[in-house]
Amino acid sequence: MGEMEELRKEADNLKDQITEARKVVQDTTLQEAVAGTTLVGRVQLKTRKTLRGHLAKIYAMHWGTDTKLCVSASQDGKLIVWDTLTTNKVNAIPLKSSWVMTCAYAPSGNMVACGGLDNMCSIYNLKGKDGNVKVMRELAAHTGYLSCCRFLSDSEIITSSGDCTCILWDIETGTEKTIFAGHLGDCMSLAVSPDFKMFISGACDFTAKLWDIREATCRQTFSGHESDINAIGFFPNGNAVITGSDDATCKLYDLRADQELITYQDSGIMCGVTSLAPSLSGRLLLAGYDDFNVNIWDMLKAERVGVLAGHDNRVSCIGVSSDGMACCTGSWDSFLKIWN
Amino acid sequence: MPGVINMDELTDVDKAKMERDQKKIEVKLERWLTSKCCTEFMEAVQAGVEDDTLVKGIAEDKNPFKELKGGCVVC
Repeated sequence: MGEMEELRKEADNLKDQITEARKVVQDTTLQEAVAGTTLVGRVQLKTRKTLRGHLAKIYAMHWGTDTKLCVSASQDGKLIVWDTLTTNKVNAIPLKSSWVMTCAYAPSGNMVACGGLDNMCSIYNLKGKDGNVKVMRELAAHTGYLSCCRFLSDSEIITSSGDCTCILWDIETGTEKTIFAGHLGDCMSLAVSPDFKMFISGACDFTAKLWDIREATCRQTFSGHESDINAIGFFPNGNAVITGSDDATCKLYDLRADQELITYQDSGIMCGVTSLAPSLSGRLLLAGYDDFNVNIWDMLKAERVGVLAGHDNRVSCIGVSSDGMACCTGSWDSFLKIWN
Repeated sequence: MPGVINMDELTDVDKAKMERDQKKIEVKLERWLTSKCCTEFMEAVQAGVEDDTLVKGIAEDKNPFKELKGGCVVC
């Protein structure tokens, strides 16, 4: 038997053992467990603010931790930091490359980052001495597009890329600390755990992977989706992972059971999921789809309990503020909307 | 620096080794019963739901995002 065949056989054998081990602990399904709970009431959110100013498709947005500021990225070549209460633009940052696909707000509020088809992650200092916002670092090493980035602190950021890897960077020196390889397809999205010790990535190999940041290892791999995973997030307590895919479904995976607990799907929904965010308690899952809508799911009962219809094009990004007071959607129609 | 890898330079055999080695790690995981996970999941959700504005709604006068009717906002 050739080396390739032997390796494949070994891997398949191990995968079968993993499937078995997951079955052994599956003594109930979430559907059975929640049979006695009531469906959450119909959720009707209203648009409270519309953030106007971008001149082209919005690809990403991220709330700051102070809960009133957020940053958005558009292929008009700008990052805009918004005061969502007043709709004022706090900063309008022109980018070297307009092909931006992601943006992030540092937990401290001192920096923002973005990247895209330039294969780089650019870090901007919002609190420079002379008041001007300037590029602080350009993190270059990825050999594919930057799909997502998230700060751990003012000195570390994690990026995911179309080159199938994720990288942990030292912002100070502008160099790679750790490369997380293992996905067999473009990495599309990442999310950091609430305790900042782990992160998850979703990729075009249809899997999600849980990584230990300091040990630099992949702890777990979650399968089940039938197409690219575009969006990923942690359940608020960090014990579960939520994914959104081109297969038109979202899935909830529990980290301790190492398996899917439930799928959020509806025969009437046939288009891909672009973005997702859980509400503060995790009772609701807000997911953006290619059909211009956001569907709101009861995360326990896996039924749709609301729709946010208000954009005239694909909803590309969604986020819930850290105090849970509002949800922000960004769209290819060039607008951001704040809902509650 | 740990794990210097350029995916483009990996051969199919390299990738198959990586996959095999990764599964060797994952097969050893200790897994919880799904019943325990489901119970904890439900409890976590119920614990936070009362403070969850998107679920419970918010009174107009308490909503920081309410419409600013008339006047000027100086910030």
